[in-house]
Amino acid sequence: MLAANFLLLAALLFSIGVYGVIARRNAVMVLMSIELILNSVNLNFIAFALMQGSIEGHIFALFVIAIAAAEVGVGLAMVLLIYRNRKSILLDELSELKG
Amino acid sequence: MTGILFAADGVNVAQNIGFGVIAVVMIVAALNVVTTKNVVHAALSLALVLAGMAAQYILAAAEFVAVSQVMVYIGAVMVLFLFGIMLTRAQIGRETGLNNSTWYAGIPVAVILFGLLGWVVLNVYDDGSLFANVNDDGIIGELGVEGQQETVTQAISDGVLSTYLVPFFGMTFVLLAAAIGAIVLARKD
Repeated sequence: MLAANFLLLAALLFSIGVYGVIARRNAVMVLMSIELILNSVNLNFIAFALMQGSIEGHIFALFVIAIAAAEVGVGLAMVLLIYRNRKSILLDELSELKG
Repeated sequence: MTGILFAADGVNVAQNIGFGVIAVVMIVAALNVVTTKNVVHAALSLALVLAGMAAQYILAAAEFVAVSQVMVYIGAVMVLFLFGIMLTRAQIGRETGLNNSTWYAGIPVAVILFGLLGWVVLNVYDDGSLFANVNDDGIIGELGVEGQQETVTQAISDGVLSTYLVPFFGMTFVLLAAAIGAIVLARKD
């Protein structure tokens, strides 16, 4: 197994996730793209743990998984709240904070 | 730097082939997540990406993280996403207006970002001088250098319950706050 393989795959998934965050305007789709980004970072942690022969990367990956689960829960609750108030979850229509 | 994907010497061929097959499935599914017109299809493609990620963890000798990935992501997060889709959408099927009007601006950003990251990875991590478990050709050696005495799961539990105990407790409070916050936000009153 080559060291660069995992890192290149993670970089590609990260770029795809960034494209999704920029291109999508449905809030649920943006959250899915953020999940792609978080997962690619986790793959990097695991790859570095494998290269270094240490266990710290696994622990950090578990922490990231827990925080990502919390983030999805709060994010989808906010999306539900926005949908209930506005009957729409299109992000470019949320412009109340614009001056 | 040549032959990154199919180097010949000192590489576990079965592991490399497995990595390649899973990686192709993951990349296709990830592209489907960000390009499809159907929100439910996007969620199911995301489940495929997450399952492939768990398989890559197993290839990288991280069984505990792989099982956590399956339980947390495929078990819990996907159900949350499907509920979110069902509670916020009227119709099931193809949908217009999922993309911004300036969606094409994301393509150069993603391409440049991948080019930069790939260039850095190929230049810095091609030789293994930075890492204990990587030889000079950039090939990862035998697995589990440190885990000879104990299994990976034992090592994780030792780390979490000794060195990383305080961050672990902090994380539990973050999860509690997030759960309460999600309930407060989403409940009808």
